[in-house]
Amino acid sequence: MTTILAVDDSASMRQMVNFTLKGAGYTVVDAVDGDDALIKAQEQVFDCIVTDVNMPNKDGITLIRDLRAIPDYKFTPMLMLTTESGMEKKQQGKAAGATGWIVKPFNPDQLLKTIKKVLG
Amino acid sequence: MESVKEQAFQEDKVKILSQFLSFKLGNEEYAVDILSVQEIRSWEPVSRIPNTPAYEKGVVNLRGDIVPIIDLRERFNLGNLEYDNLTVVIVLQFSFQDVTRIMGFVVDSVSDVVAVDSQIIQNSPNFGAKVSIEFINGLVEINERMLMILDVEKLFKLEGIDDNGDTESDKN
Amino acid sequence: MSIDMEQFHQVFFEESFECLDAMETGLLNLDMGAVDSEEINTIFRAAHSIKGGSGTFGFDNVAAYTHVMETLLDEMRDGRRDVTQQAVEVLLGSVDCLREMLNAIEAKEPVDESRVAEHKKSLETELNSAQSTTDESESTPVVQEAVTPEPTVAASIEASVLASPVVWDIKFVPHEDLLVTGNDPVRMFRELAELGKLDVTINLEGLPDNLDGLNPEFCYLAWDLVLTADVGKDEIDDVFAWVEDECDLSIVLRDPVVVPLNNTDDTQALVLPEIVAPVQEVMAAAEEITEPEPTEESVEITDETTVIVAPKEKSAEKKKAASHTASIRVDTGKIDGLINMVGELVIIQSMLSLAGENFSTDNLDRLKLGLSQLERHTRELQESVMNIRMLPINFVFSRFPRLVHDLSLKLEKKIELKLVGENTEVDKTVIEMISDPLVHLVRNSLDHGIEIPEERLKKGKPETGSITLAAYHRGGNIVIEVKDDGKGLNKEVLRQKAIEKGLIADNAILTDKQIYHLIFMAGFSTAEKLTDVSGRGVGMDVVRRNIQELGGSVEIDSELGVGSTMSISLPLTLAILDGQSITVGDETYIIPLSAIVESMNMEEGQINHVVGKGEAFLLHGEYLPIIRLHEIFNITSVKSSNLIEGTVVVVDGLDGSRCGLFVDELLGQQQVVIKSLEKNYRSIDGISSATILGDGSVALILDIPGLIKLSNQ
Repeated sequence: MTTILAVDDSASMRQMVNFTLKGAGYTVVDAVDGDDALIKAQEQVFDCIVTDVNMPNKDGITLIRDLRAIPDYKFTPMLMLTTESGMEKKQQGKAAGATGWIVKPFNPDQLLKTIKKVLG
Repeated sequence: MESVKEQAFQEDKVKILSQFLSFKLGNEEYAVDILSVQEIRSWEPVSRIPNTPAYEKGVVNLRGDIVPIIDLRERFNLGNLEYDNLTVVIVLQFSFQDVTRIMGFVVDSVSDVVAVDSQIIQNSPNFGAKVSIEFINGLVEINERMLMILDVEKLFKLEGIDDNGDTESDKN
Repeated sequence: MSIDMEQFHQVFFEESFECLDAMETGLLNLDMGAVDSEEINTIFRAAHSIKGGSGTFGFDNVAAYTHVMETLLDEMRDGRRDVTQQAVEVLLGSVDCLREMLNAIEAKEPVDESRVAEHKKSLETELNSAQSTTDESESTPVVQEAVTPEPTVAASIEASVLASPVVWDIKFVPHEDLLVTGNDPVRMFRELAELGKLDVTINLEGLPDNLDGLNPEFCYLAWDLVLTADVGKDEIDDVFAWVEDECDLSIVLRDPVVVPLNNTDDTQALVLPEIVAPVQEVMAAAEEITEPEPTEESVEITDETTVIVAPKEKSAEKKKAASHTASIRVDTGKIDGLINMVGELVIIQSMLSLAGENFSTDNLDRLKLGLSQLERHTRELQESVMNIRMLPINFVFSRFPRLVHDLSLKLEKKIELKLVGENTEVDKTVIEMISDPLVHLVRNSLDHGIEIPEERLKKGKPETGSITLAAYHRGGNIVIEVKDDGKGLNKEVLRQKAIEKGLIADNAILTDKQIYHLIFMAGFSTAEKLTDVSGRGVGMDVVRRNIQELGGSVEIDSELGVGSTMSISLPLTLAILDGQSITVGDETYIIPLSAIVESMNMEEGQINHVVGKGEAFLLHGEYLPIIRLHEIFNITSVKSSNLIEGTVVVVDGLDGSRCGLFVDELLGQQQVVIKSLEKNYRSIDGISSATILGDGSVALILDIPGLIKLSNQ
């Protein structure tokens, strides 16, 4: 079973990501911010991380950096959900170890396509 | 085209049966639409409500709901009758503007359920019954018995119940 | 796959309104002198969150609007723009505007476009004014997409060579650390293969000579790819977008004329012809290399149930929220408590049914024990369920900083608002109904209570006035206080006014309390001139009525020149009431315990027959009228009509008036669950509601103020 950790401080985005991915047969665990995600990521190993960037209590970029430092997550696909269309956030994210990004606003199909892309 | 019309016409003539629950008040027989009947219970003591007309007997606990009990004999000015263990309360429900109200009505006894062709229900008549005709929707004759079909909506109209808003603000 | 986005709307609206509240609070907290960057960040994040959600859920006008706010906030956050009072006001205004937009959208009503445009314009004016150093163009809403395609000639080339096959030579040399970003070359090959025919050639030149020095986490391989696909360069760029900084990449369009001729003696193919393999083979091979990490770990999760259950629970909860507009947010701790209790109930239930199946007198004790436990747990469960309806009063308090901010600007007064006890919990209904009265009281304090700065200074008071909103529990009540250090109520002025208005006789003797209560009378207004802040005389009487409808009361305490305190006292929960059972004849009634001052048996000399019919009795030097419940309710079965033989319950009529209620007998005190009488019946004077007693019978709950009114008729 492929498990995905979906991190977003916005309940509606979380719900949308959760529904979409679960509908496609993935197991999804939600986290409300970076801190929450880091704790959950250590309770079980996820096959993929999808995280918002702008969040209270640890943003998405720091989360990715922290996760990459954990051996279990060295090669795990980690995607940023970001509204910043400028390159700056993307660069920061990449530097922190992000696999790629999905630009908000996105629709469920786009999300699923990207997830399938990284998970094969 | 023709045949469809024909058929519709035929159907029109087919009896449209509605079911009614009939009950007795003294010598007279009444009926209410069975769809409005929630249940039939035996009489049980009520909690009296102060300063209300005598026909509003009081309230009972019906599975957690506070439900008023109305004596139909008294409501229709048919005199009173000592309640005994045959005395029956018909619990009716009525919905108006998404609000469903429940009330119990004390009657002498329940007769039976009758199917009536709505076509043969006569409109409110001039007749000798003692009941003020405002509660009567129509008359029907079944097996030589005269049934007075009651208007449930009117039964639910107690003093001060439909001008709710006013009584509320009057309170203050 | 199609997902109905509408199912997420409810949650989106809820959270957007929360974000707006957060923005508002944040903006009000901003101190122009020393701007807290974390505060700005919080405000920014809220705007950002609304923007992201509204874009995703298709509310483009909201997204476009929020984008302008976000840009402004972003500049403030980065220090590129100063936080000015004016900017804060504009942002506050746009919070309001956004709230209206969202309200309209939620109600599926048209948005007031002209208002939105007007606000957006003032935002943009603010944005374009001053020191913006941003290079982004602000006027274009952001809702646009991702990977910025490099301006390329590919498109035109593509067009011109449409007829012959388009072949791209891609040289892909990943940097060593490509894999540790979670990117997998195989993924990219797979994607390219979806575009057209792909030939993959591995280039092993990067492998270290000494394989001992090989770091398994590094990527040493490079690939030469030949993609025959009728696509533009941007589509290929897209595939590599995530890794463009982790690799050396060249994408070259092969000369369309050359391609078919040179296909076989392509140099690269000549060098390593044996490695040219169909893409699947390479993928299979690469899979082994690029996934050094064992996959079993993720399968070995033992605690699988929690993994699955947790999200399920959440989605069920959210679904519910989406279908009911009157939703309530409940602390998960409360829910856990309930679940535990239900668990215990189930245990007791099975124990009881066991005892019932094999019933003998021997296990009578067991049965009794079980029943007593059942009783205890039922009561606890009841309390916990009631507790779910309890919300912190902050739901109401939180709107006041904004209100005070706006009003003090308008009235040119300086006011500091203090909130005390925001976490005090009250019933949801109280939250809903207390809001308006409280707003009125606070406005009143601002308008009539607090003096203008000059006047305060003249009086030797601090220039800045203070208003305190406090909530706390007292007995079974919650008390909400509105306290100001303004000019206080002037008894003489109030009195004069009341006489002028014909509300009281000019020789009326009134206690201080009664004088203060004059302001709650309809048509009474003390403001020398009417202001649009506290409106005209309508209001305070409505305030009192609302509070009384909630079963509460309001008290005023004031000292001239020092300030006033209005205390609202409300029952903690509206669905449960502490009651005193009494009997009159065959009837049992409940008197709310909160209304009872004391109860007593009369003595001969205590009773006084006032001229005509009224009866009164002396209590603590004051004559109180007696209301005979059996008379007022026309109960004939009364035990005795002799005052000496019954009991008199002294009750408080909320507005300070007291009287003695003559009843047959006092029974016990108990907590009762309030049931509406109006649901199936109608309202009855002197009766507030009903309850169901332990034996299943109905008892009416007395409405003391209503009874007093009834007896006066």
